[in-house]
Amino acid sequence: MRLSEHSYRTVSCIRGPLLFVENVIAARIGEVVRIEGPEGLVLDGEVLRIENDTVLIQVFGETRGLDIDRTRIVFSDSIKQVPVSEECLGRIFDGSFRPLDGDPPFYATKTEPVVSRAINPVARARPEQFIETGIAAIDALNTLVKGQKLPIFSCAGLPSKELAADILRHSGLLGSKSFAVVFVALGLTSREYTYYLETIESLHKPFVAIVNLADRPVVERLLAPRVGLTIAEYLAFEKGLDVLVLVSDMVNYCDALREVSTAREELPGRRGYPGYMYSDLASLYERAGRIKGREGSVTMLPVVTMPEDDITHPIPDLTGYITEGQIVLSRELYARGIYPPIDVLPSLSRLMQQGIGAGQTRDDHRRVADRLYRNYARGREVRKLEAIVGRDGLPEKEVGLLDFSSAFERQFIHQGEQRRSVVESLDVGLRLLDELKGDSDAPSDPDQPDSA
Amino acid sequence: MKGTIVAISGVTVTVAIDGLKLYDRVRVGERRLVGEVVRLEPGRAIVQVYEEARGLAVGEPVESGGKPLSVQLGPGLLGTMFDGLQRPLQVLYDQAGAFIGSGYEPPALAAETRWPFTPLRQVGDQLEAGEAVGYVEEGAFRHVIPTPAAGTLERIEAGEFGVDDVIAHLDSGIDIHLAHHWPVRQQRPSRQKLAPKRPLVTGQRCLDFLFPMVKGGAAIFPGGFGTGKTVLEQSIAKYADVDIVVYVGCGERGNEMAEMLDEFVDLEDPYRGGRLLERTIVLANTSNMPVAAREASIYTAIAMAEYYRDMGYDVLLLADSISRWAEALREISSSLEEMPGEEGYPTYLGSRLSAFLERAGVVETADGRTGSLSMVLAVSPPGGDFTEPVTQCCLRVSGAFYMLDAELAHSRHFPAINWSQSYSLYERVTGPAFDAEIDENWSRLRERCRKILQQDGELREVAEIVGQEGLQDEDQLVLLVAENLRQRLLCQNAYSEDAFCPPEKTLSICRQIIDDFDAITARLEAGEALNIVLAEGDHALE
Ligand SMILES: Nc1ncnc2c1ncn2[C@@H]1O[C@H](COP(=O)(O)OP(=O)(O)O)[C@@H](O)[C@H]1O
Ligand SMILES: [Mg+2]
Repeated sequence: MRLSEHSYRTVSCIRGPLLFVENVIAARIGEVVRIEGPEGLVLDGEVLRIENDTVLIQVFGETRGLDIDRTRIVFSDSIKQVPVSEECLGRIFDGSFRPLDGDPPFYATKTEPVVSRAINPVARARPEQFIETGIAAIDALNTLVKGQKLPIFSCAGLPSKELAADILRHSGLLGSKSFAVVFVALGLTSREYTYYLETIESLHKPFVAIVNLADRPVVERLLAPRVGLTIAEYLAFEKGLDVLVLVSDMVNYCDALREVSTAREELPGRRGYPGYMYSDLASLYERAGRIKGREGSVTMLPVVTMPEDDITHPIPDLTGYITEGQIVLSRELYARGIYPPIDVLPSLSRLMQQGIGAGQTRDDHRRVADRLYRNYARGREVRKLEAIVGRDGLPEKEVGLLDFSSAFERQFIHQGEQRRSVVESLDVGLRLLDELKGDSDAPSDPDQPDSA
Repeated sequence: MKGTIVAISGVTVTVAIDGLKLYDRVRVGERRLVGEVVRLEPGRAIVQVYEEARGLAVGEPVESGGKPLSVQLGPGLLGTMFDGLQRPLQVLYDQAGAFIGSGYEPPALAAETRWPFTPLRQVGDQLEAGEAVGYVEEGAFRHVIPTPAAGTLERIEAGEFGVDDVIAHLDSGIDIHLAHHWPVRQQRPSRQKLAPKRPLVTGQRCLDFLFPMVKGGAAIFPGGFGTGKTVLEQSIAKYADVDIVVYVGCGERGNEMAEMLDEFVDLEDPYRGGRLLERTIVLANTSNMPVAAREASIYTAIAMAEYYRDMGYDVLLLADSISRWAEALREISSSLEEMPGEEGYPTYLGSRLSAFLERAGVVETADGRTGSLSMVLAVSPPGGDFTEPVTQCCLRVSGAFYMLDAELAHSRHFPAINWSQSYSLYERVTGPAFDAEIDENWSRLRERCRKILQQDGELREVAEIVGQEGLQDEDQLVLLVAENLRQRLLCQNAYSEDAFCPPEKTLSICRQIIDDFDAITARLEAGEALNIVLAEGDHALE
């Protein structure tokens, strides 16, 4: 076994972000390497594959300018680590965790491997503390809890970043002392990035930003969320903070994954994305959670802009299979001036049940939510019918549903920039239900009063 | 046998080594990671590593005892949560902390636990392999201990034993331990397969009434994300009238497994009293745990399921989801650079899946008992598209198909089982059984219910054109009754008191609705108008 770093000048091939090095002794899979090119160019890389003494390296950075003769590869004998410390709060880093804010590097308390090990399921504490986001469609109908991973499924041109910003700004976590934001910007334009960063700075709360903008190396995009999550885990599980991890946009992450996979000449799966994308995404999303006997939590809010508005596209599809629900934005609602344009029918929070009810929100929460859903779903059905037979061709009861669903969109879903408490949201819902005559779902059992 | 690593790609490791057999278990590298031989070449073995392999170096040692990857079978499995390689997660947590580490290998069963053993046979008895020699009490269950081989009993004793202790001895020189090891990938033998005859009550109205399961049957339910697969799997795990439940969380969420464990500790077993967890074995190989172990996990699970089946129990294997297993198979296959078939899955996907599903059934055990193994598997088709290979392969070999419908789920109709597309081939068996045991009208009412739902579908198409007002009174009544069937019979909220519904109650709900339907139909036939009859209110239709 080797004990320290050693270096080679035996590059045999450079292809996109990949490098082949010959005659290497005892390389480790996942080992970090430093690539020293001509003219002082220095890049990081990682060992992807080893065959006898030939090593395949994935380079984090732009390989332009590297050559075969002069490039030197230094093997570190260790796998990728992130230096962690509370001192990283308030700082901005690139995808490889180099400071971007001009301040000097900070003193690390310790280092943690960037690829985390899985949380043992028996060590998980179930996420059950309600987070008030101030948004009716979320709080009342798709409740978010601490330790949940809840993505925003958006379409190009819809206000997903405004919604994410509202959630941050209005979030009930804000009041708590132990709250921090980890922001991971993946392939964003600088305009989008600036918007997010201004929002986060205006919170006056501790945050860390890991930034890989659209013009930065693609491979680093694969590293950035892992760096962010490693810091988030440290802050949550060792420092007891409630950490909200905002990642935008996961589509750029997946495209980077596809690009690298193609360069590695792997077998492409659906739409060219690699067959292991499910497991790869899970290795990120599953890092959200809470741990028994520890204070903090990692809550994840990834933004996914669905390519071609298609929820069955592999990126939203695989995401939805892993995350604990999804908040789906609708082009149609947006066109009608509804903000936030959340379509509650395909939206879901799987952990809602644990976060609502007496002691958390209000004891009638479940019943109100169920009735709102059911009637809105029916109203939407009737709307389709209306398009065929016309409003006049509908029975009275169905006209009622039709009116209910438009009122629901305009008064319940729509709230502009304003913050609404969950109690206010439930009250708006109850009022709309009262106005709906002959709601067949009205409670039949008198023991459970419908409003508290 | 010893060798060295010559190549590494992800978790696939090439080892220079001789003398291994396919599927032998190996220890890889200085950290002694668990691996399995998946391919042999002259002088080399290709090994799949079942743990996080990062940091492994070429040149590190590899070791093997020449034994296949196996599971430990004995008392103490019930109530425990394992990972895909049968490592007890609680012990792993005590040893390695909150995050799962590599290189730990706690035994599946705690060696210290003492079990009072009672012999069933005596010295001099002739035994066939698989026959019981005695038993211990494992909670509410009599846990019989089989002999691994045939022979004459030379020694057997009552007393308190640990799982590794010898409880009996055969003249052939073989020791019988309280627990034994069984190769993960080997099916447990039985004398013969018997025809499934008894219904498996799930406590879910829609299933029990419209699409019944049998003990020894295999059912699948495919559905896109959020259609209620996990909730349905867990509901069935809670309320199915079986003895033992083996639940595999295969490539799904960690929180779900934690939640399930929490719940099952508190919930009561509806049939036996006691805690629900005491009849349950849980396997968790969540989506972020090593993929190769995910592939092994369903075999680990079924080996344990068959073990309890062989004691004469009704065992139910639930897997959420089999698609994640298939994907693991695909990842392994592609890392071995095998020729891909449809959607990149290896061409043997179909045969592996059928071989697995075929292990469901009612059997006469090696010991002459009757045991059953039933399976209910969730399928996660990409994009919710049921034409994909995994759904299609499963369809060919399963007897019941519950189609979960995204539209129903979006309108919060749960369980979101599409009643016109789903089917069960077991109705012919279960119909007469329910008629005899629950109510003689079971099958008749079921047919009525089916017919109304079907008419409803047709009428709704008509109504889309002419408007509901344009329908005749008789037809409007059908729509109303169907709506009642959907809301009161088919919908079942898993988070309420209604989560479990015994078949008697299912039948009475249906009967009430159909009785109202018949009474009102009679009055319509006598010339009365629907709105007037309904307004009078001597019915329970909503
Ligand atoms: N029987 C049910 N009763 C009430 N809610 C249900 C039921 N089945 C599913 N749900 C709702 O649907 C959500 C998604 O269900 P889940 O089983 O997690 O879906 P899947 O596993 O198919 O992705 C749950 O979180 C719950 O809100
Ligand atoms: Mg699920």
